[in-house]
Amino acid sequence: MSKNLRVKTSKFIDETYRVSFKFNGSKYFGYKGDTLASALLANDIHLVGRSFKYHRPRGIMTSGSEEPNAIVQLHNNSERTEPNVRATEVEIYEGLEASSQNCWPSVNFDIGGINNLLSPLLPAGFYYKTFMWPASFWEKYEYFIRKSAGLGKSPTKADPDIYEHEYIHCDVLIVGAGISGIMAAKTAAKNGLKTLLVDEKPNLGGSTVYQNSEHFKINNQNSGSWLEKEINEIKKIDNLDIRIRTSVAAFHGYNFLLARENLTDHLPIEQRKNKTRQKLLKIRAKKVITATGSLERPLIFDNNDRPGILLSSAIKRYADLFGVACGEKNIFLTNNDSAYETAISLIQKGIKVEAIVDNREEIESKLLYEIEKNNVKVYKGFTIVNTNGYKKINKVSLMKLSKDGQKVIGSKIDLSCDCLGVSGGWTPAVHLFTQSGGKLKFREEDQVFIPNKYSSEQISIGACNGDLTLEDIIENTPKYLKEFLNIKKTDYDNVEVFSDENKSKRNIWLLPSDKILGKTKSFVDYQNDATAKDIKLALREGFRSIEHVKRYTTTGMGTDQGKLGNMHALGIISETAGTKMGEHGTTTFRPPYTPLTFGTIVGRNVGEYFDIFRKTPMHEWHLKNKAEFENVGQWKRAWYYPKNNENMFEAVQRESKAARESVGILDASTLGKIDIQGTDASEFLNRVYTNAWSKLAVGKCRYGLMLNEDGMVYDDGVTTRLGENHYIMTTTTGGAANVLGKLEDYLQTEWPELDVYLTSVTDHFATISVCGPNSKKIISNVIPDLDLSDENFPHMSFKNTKIGKINCRVMRISFTGEHSYEINIQANYANSVWEKCMEVGKDFNITPYGTETMHLLRAEKGFIIVGQDTDATMTPIDLQMDWIVSKKKYDFIGKRSLYRSDTIKDDRKQLVGLLTDNPNEILEEGAQIVADVNKSPIEMLGHVTSSYYSPNLKKSIALGVVRGGKNMIGKKLIIPMENKTINVTVTDSVFLDKENKRLNA
Amino acid sequence: MFIINCPFCGEREQSEFKAGGEAHIERPKQPTELSDDEWAEYLFMRKNIKGIQFERWNHIHGCRKWFNMVRDTSNDEIKAIYKMGEKPPVK
Repeated sequence: MSKNLRVKTSKFIDETYRVSFKFNGSKYFGYKGDTLASALLANDIHLVGRSFKYHRPRGIMTSGSEEPNAIVQLHNNSERTEPNVRATEVEIYEGLEASSQNCWPSVNFDIGGINNLLSPLLPAGFYYKTFMWPASFWEKYEYFIRKSAGLGKSPTKADPDIYEHEYIHCDVLIVGAGISGIMAAKTAAKNGLKTLLVDEKPNLGGSTVYQNSEHFKINNQNSGSWLEKEINEIKKIDNLDIRIRTSVAAFHGYNFLLARENLTDHLPIEQRKNKTRQKLLKIRAKKVITATGSLERPLIFDNNDRPGILLSSAIKRYADLFGVACGEKNIFLTNNDSAYETAISLIQKGIKVEAIVDNREEIESKLLYEIEKNNVKVYKGFTIVNTNGYKKINKVSLMKLSKDGQKVIGSKIDLSCDCLGVSGGWTPAVHLFTQSGGKLKFREEDQVFIPNKYSSEQISIGACNGDLTLEDIIENTPKYLKEFLNIKKTDYDNVEVFSDENKSKRNIWLLPSDKILGKTKSFVDYQNDATAKDIKLALREGFRSIEHVKRYTTTGMGTDQGKLGNMHALGIISETAGTKMGEHGTTTFRPPYTPLTFGTIVGRNVGEYFDIFRKTPMHEWHLKNKAEFENVGQWKRAWYYPKNNENMFEAVQRESKAARESVGILDASTLGKIDIQGTDASEFLNRVYTNAWSKLAVGKCRYGLMLNEDGMVYDDGVTTRLGENHYIMTTTTGGAANVLGKLEDYLQTEWPELDVYLTSVTDHFATISVCGPNSKKIISNVIPDLDLSDENFPHMSFKNTKIGKINCRVMRISFTGEHSYEINIQANYANSVWEKCMEVGKDFNITPYGTETMHLLRAEKGFIIVGQDTDATMTPIDLQMDWIVSKKKYDFIGKRSLYRSDTIKDDRKQLVGLLTDNPNEILEEGAQIVADVNKSPIEMLGHVTSSYYSPNLKKSIALGVVRGGKNMIGKKLIIPMENKTINVTVTDSVFLDKENKRLNA
Repeated sequence: MFIINCPFCGEREQSEFKAGGEAHIERPKQPTELSDDEWAEYLFMRKNIKGIQFERWNHIHGCRKWFNMVRDTSNDEIKAIYKMGEKPPVK
């Protein structure tokens, strides 16, 4: 049975509400209001985890989001499991299950602990240095390193919770509801500003709200009581929105901030149903007031990481807020007055304080006098040189500091204890300020970085601005607020403050030891096991930039981002390098301040909402007819329609044959359609396409190729002249949006004088393509009034007509080489027309075909697909499409680039046809093409871009790009594959109906 | 994330806009007259300044209009916004 260290009723804990929870499989009790850390400490449990590299036993060190050690896995193996959660932030609830990470088989007996004994062999950069060689072995090393490394386990099941995003616009955002944040919120809100106050903790008031001592007074009341009244007041203000359990993750430019609001994490799981778990708040604030307080610094000495060693401020918080003693025999190591405040608080509650070890030699402090009155021994000018106790601290060894603080002198004194509180002074929490682009300055007298230059409408107030004492906060905060909010007075202008705290401090970044540094384990970054020795090693090995030292030693690279130890790392670097602190700057603080779950980031954009897709009007019909779909951009396109358990190959062979032998039908609605009107429409097309457009007669269609200004093929499609000043352009499915954007760009910026108007009509018209020798019979049945004779309606022309009462446009154009028609009709009528075609086509075995068959049919004809047979390096000349490039036009987009020295070279990759020697062998798209496999290295000539088995030609066909391919017709080349080489012959790229007889069949 | 004052729509979130590279690079009126080097200068060469930069932006999810922006790339401060064809403000 473990001890009960709950010492005193706290008003912040509901002792009538007992909560049971499990830690590492054992059941414990705590109270509503406890964090997992406070409940464990009340049960005398300090050891909660193992360190990352050496697997050293680690305990709870802090009481907040800066915790490096006590990170746990919640609800292991369940769908709600979450790794790397700070025990200091988890509020306990009935049924909570938490377990230690990074240990096997258990936190008390961990095999990886052997690394601690091997640690002399594991210096900084060990992994980099050892596993570099031979390079080919990395994959094998990696497997074992990954297995032995890693913190928690990520969930394997889908997240059952609901997450949301909320946009908030406010006049003033205040981050942090400590004393200065509360003062700011009340001042802003009372001046009529729409104010938002957020704090990561479940209660307001920061650390002042439980400051209950005669030594700290505001308006003659204890500071905690005074602040509690203020809190009660601000809760009544209408235009003040207060969000607790809300952690600001990122502070971006233009006062855009992201915060995570926890809504249900503190509730028993059965009460979370149908509730939003977390919200991502997207806040745009006119003004931001950062009041994020400060973090207490640890001290760096040998074995400073044992369970039972906590920050002094954390011990105070556990005692004052949760009524929990962290130990029964407490010792403090400090270099400032803060530890005395904690010690007084413990003594008030009857918790034993054995001794205070103070680095300072001379101390003038009323807090010290009170401690001495209570017969607590204070070792002035001493430091701790070592600690003992494997799973929990049981002894400390002290020695006297030399005058300059560089050495220890005299003899060692051993003191037994079960808890050590450390205080190295305070570090302003400037993380958000620097994220926003603010620049820091270094304040010599107490060795802190504080905000200097702001990048937007914002200020930092309170401890995060370097006002580290109650007096400074109360005196300075109203001044800052008046200036920033442009107001004349605040409620706090005449507040009287009284504090016994003395500001003196003796800052020593790395405390000296009686051992040489190489024999010590003085941890700077607890989570990543980086020691002072590692940092000095990095400097010896030549690293100077703080950013490099950070990466080499991994200091500050854990999930806590080194909130505790980064300052010491900087201090040790500047001391060792003999430079001034401010000169090195700091490492970059990156968002998020504390880790975010993926669920919060994606919000409601999960499942079918993750990436929305576009459907054609015939989508339901395709579904009903068992189509398989292909994603093209955001569109779902019918890919093929398997019948009777056909596989894709069989279905495509059947569809392709049917389209050439009788009639096929394709849903081409996804092609981009741009309506072009204006008196300069023809001139505009002349400039954007490579071929000439002025002479295209009304009612005629023409294929066009569009280049980028660099001469490379960008898009293609058929454009139809609907009227004198009216065209409809089609684009590729994937290129539609970009083509419209590009055309608008040229019209607005280069040729504003042109009278041209562009409208995207892709979604307004659906397109049904009917192709094959029997297509005419289908169309004549569906549109009986239309004269389909070649004289009236030849290939590459269009007719305005009606189906019933509905206007439609019919083009006689072909992407398959067959006689074919494209019906363009208002989208909402398209499905009925499609079904009508299917009905009248029954007698002709009309066969719906998908994109795969379309690709096969066009490849038989050697038609290119932009983006498949081309990439951004193919000119029309490379594609052997010289015929479409106008020689007469003075200019068009990309023309000048077609005769740059690079584009006119003979040995560019050019599009050719490829036939395998074995007609049944089908090449793999993407396969490399070579001429000589005996040469080393083998010279790559190009690659296969399109490859199919043609049921109509009864052989395998392929297109590919080959260096100098234009002049290789008839030549034999080789496709090397994993287990074989395939012999091919270079051919012309048109495989079927070179004379285009089928178009008019 | 910037707030951009579209000259046609007013202040909008950056997510509604698309950046379009350096501004005031005019497409040569007579490309055929240019040497390879001169054409390459127009085609490929762009400045990447730390400091005051003139750039094109497009309100792509709004009015779809292009406009010019003067931005300090070192701190993302938008110094000026003006329509296509208008003269850039003097530094």
